[in-house]
Amino acid sequence: MSLSLSTLAAGLALLALTAYTVLAGADFGGGVWDFFARGPRANAQRRAISDAMGPVWESNHVWLIFLLVILFTAFPIAFSALSEAFFIPFHLLLLGIILRGAAFVFRAHGSEEVGPQRVWARAFGSASVITPVLLGMCLGAVSAGEIKVAAGGTVQVNYFTAWLTPLSWACGALALALFAYLAAVYLTLETEGDLREDFRRRTLVSGGVVVAISVLLIPLLVWQAPRLAENLLSLRALPVLALGVVFALLSLWAVLNRRFAVARVTAVAEVVMLLWGWALAQWPYLIYPDLTIDASAAPDATLGFLLATAPVGALLLIPSLWLLFTVFKGHNPEAADLNGKA
Amino acid sequence: MENLIAARLQMAISLGFHMVFAALGIGMPLLMLVAEGLGLRTKKAVYLDLAHKWAKATGILFAIGAVSGTALSFELGLLWPPFMKLAGPLIGPAFALEGYAFFIEAIFLGLYLYGWKRLKPTAHWLCGIPVAVSGAMSGVLVMSANSWMQDPTGFDLVNGQATNIDPVKALINPSWAVLAVHLTLASYMATAFMVAGVYAWGLLKGRRDTYHKVGLALAMILGTITAVAQPISGDAAARLVAQTQPVKLAAMESQFKTEKGAPLRIGGIPDINNETVPFSLEIPYGLSFLATHDPNAEIQGLDAVPRTDWPVVGLVHISFQVMVGSGLAILLFALIYWFVRWRKREHGKWILRALVLSGVLGVAALEAGWIVTEVGRQPWIIYNVMRTADAVTPAPGVWYTFAGFIGLYIVLAVTLVWLLLRLATGRPVDDEDQKTSASGGKEVGGVAVA
Ligand code: HDD
Ligand code: HEM
Ligand code: HEM
Repeated sequence: MSLSLSTLAAGLALLALTAYTVLAGADFGGGVWDFFARGPRANAQRRAISDAMGPVWESNHVWLIFLLVILFTAFPIAFSALSEAFFIPFHLLLLGIILRGAAFVFRAHGSEEVGPQRVWARAFGSASVITPVLLGMCLGAVSAGEIKVAAGGTVQVNYFTAWLTPLSWACGALALALFAYLAAVYLTLETEGDLREDFRRRTLVSGGVVVAISVLLIPLLVWQAPRLAENLLSLRALPVLALGVVFALLSLWAVLNRRFAVARVTAVAEVVMLLWGWALAQWPYLIYPDLTIDASAAPDATLGFLLATAPVGALLLIPSLWLLFTVFKGHNPEAADLNGKA
Repeated sequence: MENLIAARLQMAISLGFHMVFAALGIGMPLLMLVAEGLGLRTKKAVYLDLAHKWAKATGILFAIGAVSGTALSFELGLLWPPFMKLAGPLIGPAFALEGYAFFIEAIFLGLYLYGWKRLKPTAHWLCGIPVAVSGAMSGVLVMSANSWMQDPTGFDLVNGQATNIDPVKALINPSWAVLAVHLTLASYMATAFMVAGVYAWGLLKGRRDTYHKVGLALAMILGTITAVAQPISGDAAARLVAQTQPVKLAAMESQFKTEKGAPLRIGGIPDINNETVPFSLEIPYGLSFLATHDPNAEIQGLDAVPRTDWPVVGLVHISFQVMVGSGLAILLFALIYWFVRWRKREHGKWILRALVLSGVLGVAALEAGWIVTEVGRQPWIIYNVMRTADAVTPAPGVWYTFAGFIGLYIVLAVTLVWLLLRLATGRPVDDEDQKTSASGGKEVGGVAVA
């Protein structure tokens, strides 16, 4: 594969998608555990989740915007086709994103909660559950060939069913389970004592669910997306996926043995490998079977601009992100404090 | 046709909603920086109290700005796929640069809001600088995309396709600078008077403490500077419109006939059937003079284009009057405020009421200005290049999504107002507040403490 500008731009988009999944995915996962907060420490769990998300969720969210911007700048034909075909699920996705973000700042905790804040507290959890499912469903539908784009650019799609296939549902469930898993793993590092045990248990449960859904996905892929299935098992993608499976098992092992720092690194690696394996299998298509990366790309002048400014942006971003994460995520002196409050 | 109206309405309410938060996202960080900076220098608690309070409000407002902005990024494609297919490679670069500004803004806002205790005071203050700078940059960059729609450059149109694309030329389009200045001033101005309005309200309700007076004064400094500059910048914007979009100018001024020495019409309700403007005040030669600085210059009227190519003249004309009228009224009130302070240093009831009104007028001017710009461009989505009717999505059900968005935004707005009122109930930072900031200012959402 020659490294054309469009391939590089697609790589940039994949990078944004990866960052969004690993970072913002965990914020959604946090919301999932807020939704499922149970037991005597339910409130403490919720507070730990919101403390972990607070300083970072908005910058994590920007990865999605960045992904969208890359798509419409570098792949305007694909962006238009996707927006048209996913008119319904994208609107629902937006609803989820808006409600989740608004609820996060509107609600309060425990006794401080008054009036409408109670409703918003529920909305936070529910929106966090629904949004990842929709993200996964859209990704599934793109790979399975549900969207056809005729030569003139006319989109042929069933607006109502394209994203509602069994395969899409399974992809949605996988996204949900993966996000929840990531969040639980991260949270074991941001809590202590009983609270940490709560999240450890949640890690094991969601990790198990991830494995189960992945197994279920194999026949579905073969049935509904034969080309993707074939490519996933080809030499192109298989080594990466295999590495992903190894990391998945490693991270589960690490959680079982309370090696939480190891678990975090391996869980991230697992998700990255899964995404990249999918991308390699999907290559050279953006929207299978009609739009390849090359055919939907913007003129070179625009791609050049995007790629030339990216290093400058990275130069600004990397130190800033480093600062943000060391200040709030490095060593967490308040973890003890949190458990005290419980 | 079905979709077109619904899509235009959905876009308009989404943009109108976002704009309020965008303006606050540009203005509030600057006010916080000034207040905290003064607090660090003078060691007076009142400044830090203000900075804390403003930071809390900003935390909530920014989140709503971010989610409503996300909606817009999707909606560009959801509602206008053919537009994005053509415009993506041309306006995308502005949005890409804006993306970096968003990152910087969100990262340093996280540090600022949650770092009161974790960072040393000076480091904390320094974290506010990138927030303020990148907030302003976001607005400036998104304006490039919009001014390109008004005055498209950087490509050749061949068979409806853009070829020969020059993204840098599109980014630095000739209308950008003038409009970016006007928008940035407008954002600071609207924010400053919203804040001034809140403190004027508090003073009216009898909370005549230093906290309210200082809060009002800080907002008024920023507000007055921008209110003085805005008419100058607006004049430049108007001359730009005269040059680039004569039909829009004719609609703004209800200039039905092409004529030399055109009068300026103030107020009135345009009657497009009789091509008159009843109830308006006419200043002879006014329009020719303002638009070109030559009282006898010829001004192109709406008659130069077929009626099907007219924007909604009444809406554009009235919105323009609202913007200019609000701007001038605010300027007057601001000057009276400083005059009163200079003479006897105590705020009278009437001036406080006028300042509360200014808070509303600032937002009204902001929204009205956008109606002038966007409705005045119709029927074009890209001026003289693509018609709005040709750009709308074929997907079914835009009326449903439009209704859904209205409902959603009403719920958000009501909750937000309720929360901010609780936050602004006057008391500066009380004990509870100290406690939350002692835990690292964690309680952005938990404003129940106010
Ligand atoms: C606080 C808000 C505010 C205030 C007081 C004013 N404006 Fe404004 N105006 C805006 C906020 C605004 C805006 C909402 O920000 C717009 C929309 C697009 C833009 O660039 O700025 C705008 C657009 C806009 C346009 C249209 C530009 C275009 O369509 O390309 C003109 C001609 C003016 N303004 C002129 C004025 C004049 C002569 C003012 C005299 C007082 C004035 N504005 C005050
Ligand atoms: C946030 C401030 C803004 C406000 C309040 C605003 C307002 C509006 C309004 C009222 C309309 C409907 C016009 C009509 O159909 O009659 C509209 C349309 C539109 N605006 Fe803006 N606008 C804003 C900024 C922008 C910016 C920065 C862009 C740049 C991408 C933009 C892109 C569009 C598009 C694509 C449409 C739909 C097509 C059309 O009606 O021409 N707007 N806007
Ligand atoms: C001229 C009108 C606009 C101005 C001045 C403006 C400015 C801003 C500012 C200052 C922010 C920071 C967040 C905040 O303060 O709440 C913001 C957020 C955002 N805006 Fe706008 N914006 C405008 C129109 C648009 C349009 C047309 C789009 C999309 C097409 C858009 C997309 C976004 C997005 C995605 C965010 C969220 C960024 C984040 O997550 O941090 N904005 N905008």
